[in-house]
Amino acid sequence: MEYFLELVFSGLTRGSIYALIALGYTMVYGIIGLINFAHGEIYMIGAFTALIIATVLNMYGLPLPAVLILAAIAAIVWSAAYGFTVERVAYRPLRGAPRLSPLISAIGMSIFLQNYVMLAQTPNFLPFPTLIPEPAFLEPIASMVGTTDLTILLVTTVVMVLLTLLIKFTRTGKAMRATSQDRTMAFLVGVNVDTVISITFVIGSSLAAIGGVLIASHIGQINFYIGFIAGIKAFTAAVLGGIGSIPGAVLGSFVLGLTESFATGYVSSAYEDVFAFSLLVLILIFRPAGLLGKASIEKV
Amino acid sequence: MNVITIKNFRNALVTALWFMFLTFPIMVIKVNTTENLIVWRWHNLLYVGATAFTASLLTALYRQYRDRKRSQQQQEEGTSRVSWNERFFNTPAIARPVCALGALFFLVFPLLFSTYQVNIMTTALMYVVLGLGLNIVVGVAGLLNLGYVAFYAVGAYTYALLNMHYGVGFWVALPLGGIMAALFGILLGFPVLRLRGDYLAIVTLGFGEIILLVLKNWSEFSQGPGGISNISRPGLFNIQLSMEATLNYQYYLTIAMVLLTIFVINRLQNSRIGRALFALREDEIACQAMGIDKTTIKLTAFALGATWAGLAGVFFAAKNAYINPDSFTFLESAMILCIVVLGGMGSILGVIIGALVLILLPEYLRAFSDYRMLAFGAILVSMMIFRPQGIVANIRQSYRSSKDGAP
Amino acid sequence: MAKSGKIFPVLASAALLVASVSPSFAAAPIKIGVAGAHSGDLASYGLPTLKGAELVVKDVNAKGGIKGELVELVLVDEQCKPEAAANVATKLVSDNVKAVIGHTCSGPTKAALPIYRDAGIVAISPSATTPELTQSGEYKYFFRTIASDDRQARTMTDFVLEKLAPKKIAILHDKGDYGLGLATYARKFIGESGKAEVVLFEGITVGQVDFSAVIQKIKRSGAEVVIFGGYHPEASKLVSQMRKKRLDAIFVSDDGAKDEAFIKVAGKDAEGVYATGPTDTTKNPLTIEYREKFKKAEGADPGSFFDNGIAATLAIINALDKAKSFTADDVATALRSEKVDTPFGEISFDEHGDPVGIGFNMFVVKDGQYVTAE
Repeated sequence: MEYFLELVFSGLTRGSIYALIALGYTMVYGIIGLINFAHGEIYMIGAFTALIIATVLNMYGLPLPAVLILAAIAAIVWSAAYGFTVERVAYRPLRGAPRLSPLISAIGMSIFLQNYVMLAQTPNFLPFPTLIPEPAFLEPIASMVGTTDLTILLVTTVVMVLLTLLIKFTRTGKAMRATSQDRTMAFLVGVNVDTVISITFVIGSSLAAIGGVLIASHIGQINFYIGFIAGIKAFTAAVLGGIGSIPGAVLGSFVLGLTESFATGYVSSAYEDVFAFSLLVLILIFRPAGLLGKASIEKV
Repeated sequence: MNVITIKNFRNALVTALWFMFLTFPIMVIKVNTTENLIVWRWHNLLYVGATAFTASLLTALYRQYRDRKRSQQQQEEGTSRVSWNERFFNTPAIARPVCALGALFFLVFPLLFSTYQVNIMTTALMYVVLGLGLNIVVGVAGLLNLGYVAFYAVGAYTYALLNMHYGVGFWVALPLGGIMAALFGILLGFPVLRLRGDYLAIVTLGFGEIILLVLKNWSEFSQGPGGISNISRPGLFNIQLSMEATLNYQYYLTIAMVLLTIFVINRLQNSRIGRALFALREDEIACQAMGIDKTTIKLTAFALGATWAGLAGVFFAAKNAYINPDSFTFLESAMILCIVVLGGMGSILGVIIGALVLILLPEYLRAFSDYRMLAFGAILVSMMIFRPQGIVANIRQSYRSSKDGAP
Repeated sequence: MAKSGKIFPVLASAALLVASVSPSFAAAPIKIGVAGAHSGDLASYGLPTLKGAELVVKDVNAKGGIKGELVELVLVDEQCKPEAAANVATKLVSDNVKAVIGHTCSGPTKAALPIYRDAGIVAISPSATTPELTQSGEYKYFFRTIASDDRQARTMTDFVLEKLAPKKIAILHDKGDYGLGLATYARKFIGESGKAEVVLFEGITVGQVDFSAVIQKIKRSGAEVVIFGGYHPEASKLVSQMRKKRLDAIFVSDDGAKDEAFIKVAGKDAEGVYATGPTDTTKNPLTIEYREKFKKAEGADPGSFFDNGIAATLAIINALDKAKSFTADDVATALRSEKVDTPFGEISFDEHGDPVGIGFNMFVVKDGQYVTAE
């Protein structure tokens, strides 16, 4: 039983890590129907920015809490700026182009950003400091779940709730929903579609930055390639939950994380991804729009 | 006239400042966390600013040029806009000699260039076959497949394993590889083809990953990450060939393969199945209403695409004489997809050009050494921006009724 | 085609111009290929070799080159992909290189070696460890400056069984060529000795963010020692997360983890971790010299297989210098007979192509440093 619980917690940890990245994917997909392959790279850039700024501030002798907060803010600001720029440069000129063209543009952007960071910084792994201290009162459960794991879990939940509120109750959220349902119609009723799309990219990229900082602190190291691997998994999770749906992305991530964890625990970690992708295929066969996605009924 | 207005100038300045801000942490600061050293590279900021400024001005100029051209075209009403490739194919006086010259060039290629050039040309031609195969699925039938490389792997491993265990030769394995890949295509296609658009894409991506993982992990079956070496190269009536002759022989085999592929796909596009596939891409529901069996047609497309990947896989294993799972990653699928989209979806000529460009480009970018892949990514993005429909837009066959009303 | 008629004369005259301008003493530089992963996800294992080779060649050229002729490096990137390796190998053959330093990974090396063998070119790899590359005897012109998997696994298991003497051992690997090869040999040797039981043998996914599930599994298996075959990024992730989950089994890893970066990343969790590697090189003047040169040029630490790359470059340049001619047979003979000073000390090569003179030891992290384990 204890083993089972341990596996549940490791699955939840992994799931919440996927979720932080998956949220950005699902938002962008929901609004312009594009698999944003460069999203993983934004996450990587967020982690790099945080590391660079933190090191610099540290050198100038700022106290640790201030360094932490400033580095996190810098990561968010620059990731959002990158997300915004990528959309302006690589996707906006392609509105109205054939459906697959933005996808190729996204793949190109992903390759470009990876190599840009590799050349400007380093191909090697850089150590990333542990940001979250381990208080003594959590020691009894430390063998099951760590403080960082709990923090990531908590942040994911908070972010999901805030995002849902934003989309449900604010004007911007309403404009986003309108744009995702019908871009032309939204434009006709006075929604500034370009701005809405930009805002979506900025929010999604900020989330990626938060993810970048927390996850890098969890794994303790970064290099230019971390975005790609995490990106594919996170995207899978977003699809599993029903792409375009915010709670869906989180649920999909948890399902994926738990599946991998149980596959490792009871079968073999060599085949964890096989189980993950097989589950994806199975779920999509029975629910073709994902767990929480609405099945679109096509009217003719 | 092209003029750079004050407004252009101001925009360029803003762009430059924005990019200088954007790239500041990554380009300017380099930290050495082990020794807490910081290197400030302020000169990089200057380069970024200058590049962004120039790029912005150039884009503005290009936009002016494009708009002017458009308004000119609008003035010349009545002359409908004909794409260059349509004009090209409709003018035999140009098309025939150019095609003949192209054919001649490929024929004498090994005589003119070094073995290295022949070798990468062979690789590029193999990607032409792969691209044409994926084109059936993506370009013609409109089914986005992100796991195409799985079928390529099936073909390659079919030959490699048969050759290792039973000494099966290339020519016997070639059809077997195709058949195996087609079987896998049907196996995957059957349950997932009712998925739409990007859901299908992600399932195929997952399938590709599953195949890759099985190849990596099931060492007893596939030799694992160590791979399979000493695969026999294609034989020519048991004649011993020198290294150079082998490469040339492989080159001509691949040319033959490309010609066969073009022939088959060309015939296919104009066949009943091809018409049905085009219809399917345009409107699934209308297509069903016309009485076309959606599932069968989709499965056919999937299996056909897979067959070509399998054949290319056998070629691949034979050419390299060594394979391991690293050749069949998702990036490879993405590359083949890029070939199809960049070349022009659904267009045979486009796919050929796309493959040659995308495979040969990184080879010739070697001069840029470190900046090779950076340039490749940038070129991919800019090609899409400037020609989103691909290098060669597909020409749909059109039929005109003659004036006297005869059909 | 009208255009090409104009282009050819232009090209020809340009070529003439270049030929006449280029300095006369460099009439025919000796070309050496450097092949490996210089971009892509494995670039961090290939680039240090490239930079190391460049540093060595700069020195050699400053001293007048080989037999009075300058050395020129031909850099080719294959991203550790076998098919790309076959292509770059033919490129190097076409470019008429006299020797090749590379490749980074074993798979591409296997794909490229037949081409070098047929063309009569010597290849020396700083990091390809698969045993059959040398032991199969198929590639007589192949050498390496790193221990083969079986030799390393032997050092590792001998130490673990004798000094640590656990009853239960868990073996993990990264599913890669290198890690899986090592893990497989380790399992074989432990099984043959009968002194301990392998309770877990699993592959982990490279780049995965969280390993807690597999760590809980190790915990349940009751293993006292965890042997990991793979590289330092995964090793440091594993050991940090093991300690976070309060699993204090002894962690033993390989050459791929015996890297400064491992200690830097794992921090205090690295203490007490064992790793095999070439006999202590930190006091070797050549190691110190080139590490400092690298830091001066790049402002960072060199990274994995840097010493191996330096050693490979020094060895091949020495052999080209001492060999009677540049034919592969003569160069190979020189590699086997002539001893050369490298960061690993004085080395030469045995008849298979494996290095002689590089000792292998077990190291342990003590106070943030790898020291020889007793």
